[in-house]
Amino acid sequence: MSNQAPLLEIKDLHVSVEDKKILKGVDLTINQGEVHAIMGPNGSGKSTLSFCLMGHPRYTITQGTMLYKGQDIQELETNERAAAGMFLAFQYPTAIPGVTVANFLRAAMKGVRGEEVPVREFRNTVKQHLKSLGIKQSFMNRYVNDGFSGGEKKRIEILQMSVLNPALAILDETDSGLDIDALKTVSEGINALRGEERGMLLITHYQRLLNYVSPDFIHVMVDGRIARSGGPELALELESKGYEEFRPATEAKA
Amino acid sequence: MTRPKADVNINDDYDKLYGFHMPERSAFKSRPGLSETLVREISHMKKEPEWMLKHRLKGLELFDAKPMPKWANMDLLSLIKFDDIYYYLKPEGKQERDWNDVPEDIKETFDRLGIPEAERKFLAGVSAQYESESVYHSMEESLEKQGVIFLDMDSALREHPEIVKKYFATVIPSADNKFSALNTSVWSGGSFIYVPKGVKVEMPLQAYFRINAQNMGQFERTLIIADEGSEVTYIEGCTAPSYSSDSLHSAVVELVALPNSTIRYVTIQNWSKNVYNLVTKRAVAHAGATVQWIDGNLGSRLTMKYPGVYMVGEGAHGEVLSIAFAGDGQHQDAGAKMVHAAPNTTSRITSKSISKGTGRTTYRGLVKTYPGATNAKSQVVCDALMLNKESRSDTYPTMEIDEKKVEIGHEASVSKIGDEQLFYLMSRGLSEQDAMSMIVNGFIEPFVKEIPMEYAVELNRLIQLEMEGSVG
Repeated sequence: MSNQAPLLEIKDLHVSVEDKKILKGVDLTINQGEVHAIMGPNGSGKSTLSFCLMGHPRYTITQGTMLYKGQDIQELETNERAAAGMFLAFQYPTAIPGVTVANFLRAAMKGVRGEEVPVREFRNTVKQHLKSLGIKQSFMNRYVNDGFSGGEKKRIEILQMSVLNPALAILDETDSGLDIDALKTVSEGINALRGEERGMLLITHYQRLLNYVSPDFIHVMVDGRIARSGGPELALELESKGYEEFRPATEAKA
Repeated sequence: MTRPKADVNINDDYDKLYGFHMPERSAFKSRPGLSETLVREISHMKKEPEWMLKHRLKGLELFDAKPMPKWANMDLLSLIKFDDIYYYLKPEGKQERDWNDVPEDIKETFDRLGIPEAERKFLAGVSAQYESESVYHSMEESLEKQGVIFLDMDSALREHPEIVKKYFATVIPSADNKFSALNTSVWSGGSFIYVPKGVKVEMPLQAYFRINAQNMGQFERTLIIADEGSEVTYIEGCTAPSYSSDSLHSAVVELVALPNSTIRYVTIQNWSKNVYNLVTKRAVAHAGATVQWIDGNLGSRLTMKYPGVYMVGEGAHGEVLSIAFAGDGQHQDAGAKMVHAAPNTTSRITSKSISKGTGRTTYRGLVKTYPGATNAKSQVVCDALMLNKESRSDTYPTMEIDEKKVEIGHEASVSKIGDEQLFYLMSRGLSEQDAMSMIVNGFIEPFVKEIPMEYAVELNRLIQLEMEGSVG
């Protein structure tokens, strides 16, 4: 890995779903140790960006590049991206009936590492993270996201992130549907993973997550483009003025 | 991005494991085709009482008179060449109680299928049927001392004619359907179990059915009677050689669960893809009795089977837990029938099916409550999983509710292995192959955890995964 290459470098990314253009030229660079937040109204393309980064088959990239640690990831399978250190915490995690959280986590650790994880190490790692996230041990025997409440799903996403220890964590609307206690726990989980070695991309509609996790950079996404970038102060400006402020500017560009 | 295609393989090593056949050595083989002469001949050779011959002849008459079920998959059903089938084939040798005495070819067959080994490990009694007759039979002595009867049906008719006569064709009359009539006319073999009052048979009793000859028809007849307060688990398995011409398996299974008894009936059906499997299975559950059908259908070209429980006594409980796999060219048409004919009766149907390639699964179910079946409760859940675009699944749930004070619930889902599930698992580092395997195994989990461990292992082994067309 080259030290010069940013952790993630997105250049002029255009993405369509069934011929509908969603992303219309996104540029974004995330270096190790940085936490970025993308804010924007519904339908602006925030979730599309997170799915594209992880290689969801529904999205077609029509133009532009995505480099992870200097490597073009377009040719990588989703699981290869995970093994390379990328992680996406889902806005709506999918239920996998009949598969226990324990079996799932074990398979995920094996997949990311490329080798079997010794049982003892697996138990110890999971136990430690369960404790810090306030998740009961009994969760390990439940079926993945099957009948989970919104808050439970999000906690399990953070548990997975903690256990898999990615270099780049993308969190898609992790704050949505959480009550204040769950938001605090989840935020603590996110903060615990901040570090020199890691980059993070928080995708959020609301400012409230940013009360607990303060990003280094904020980007405002409107209509498939990043309309403005700035520091933490941008979040406050957004909160008082709303997204309307940013629309004319993007339309003018078009 | 091009994705290699992962695929789920079900039963792909069938030919190697089960599809073999031995040279045919029969003591008696009927001419192909069905006739009154043949029916009389079978009855005569078995030295049956007159009343049984009458049953048979009536069955034949009904078989000829009854039309094929109109709602069935006639594209497949109409391919059966009834005139080419051998309806009765008696293998060489007699029924033995020691595996060593069983003729070599037959012994080798069951050895390869792991039957004697299974007996040593986890069974209280074993019966092995080869073509039309039982070739091996044994049961733990302790059960015999408690009065448990476990015999092949022909021996039962000779040794306990009064019990057989009392219950034979009372649960499934020969006129029930075309194939129950056929079975009644030419039945041979099958199991007979009687568990006396209060006796709990803790280890399962098992019967294994094997077809060896080509164009064979196997028509076993099973009757299980659990007397008051007794308990029994019965397991049946079946396989056949892979031939290009068709065989027919048409069994009738009748269960009688007397008050407060429990019968658990486990089937792992794994016929080769040239077998038509047209089976009628039904139980009568008296007051406080429980009948559970656990039904796994992996093999056959066409299976039509709808195990039923008629709850005729207060507080009876019926359950069907079934799983079906249909691969290329296969149609698993399976389901359940729950008939509530008494107050406070409860039933549950859980049906899972997986279709792959051009495979097709059908759930056909009936929940019926008669007037007076107050507080009857029934829960139906059927989930179908389709692995490919060409795969097909249909659900036909029928409810006939003639009592107002009941609770009937029905949920059905049909899903493809979803892009969303695959993407989620792959985003956690699982390969597409491992992700599919995990989804399929999760899907069948409710079934697997209900069946004995030895079968669960076997089932998991049968559902293996393999990459196809990956860029190498």
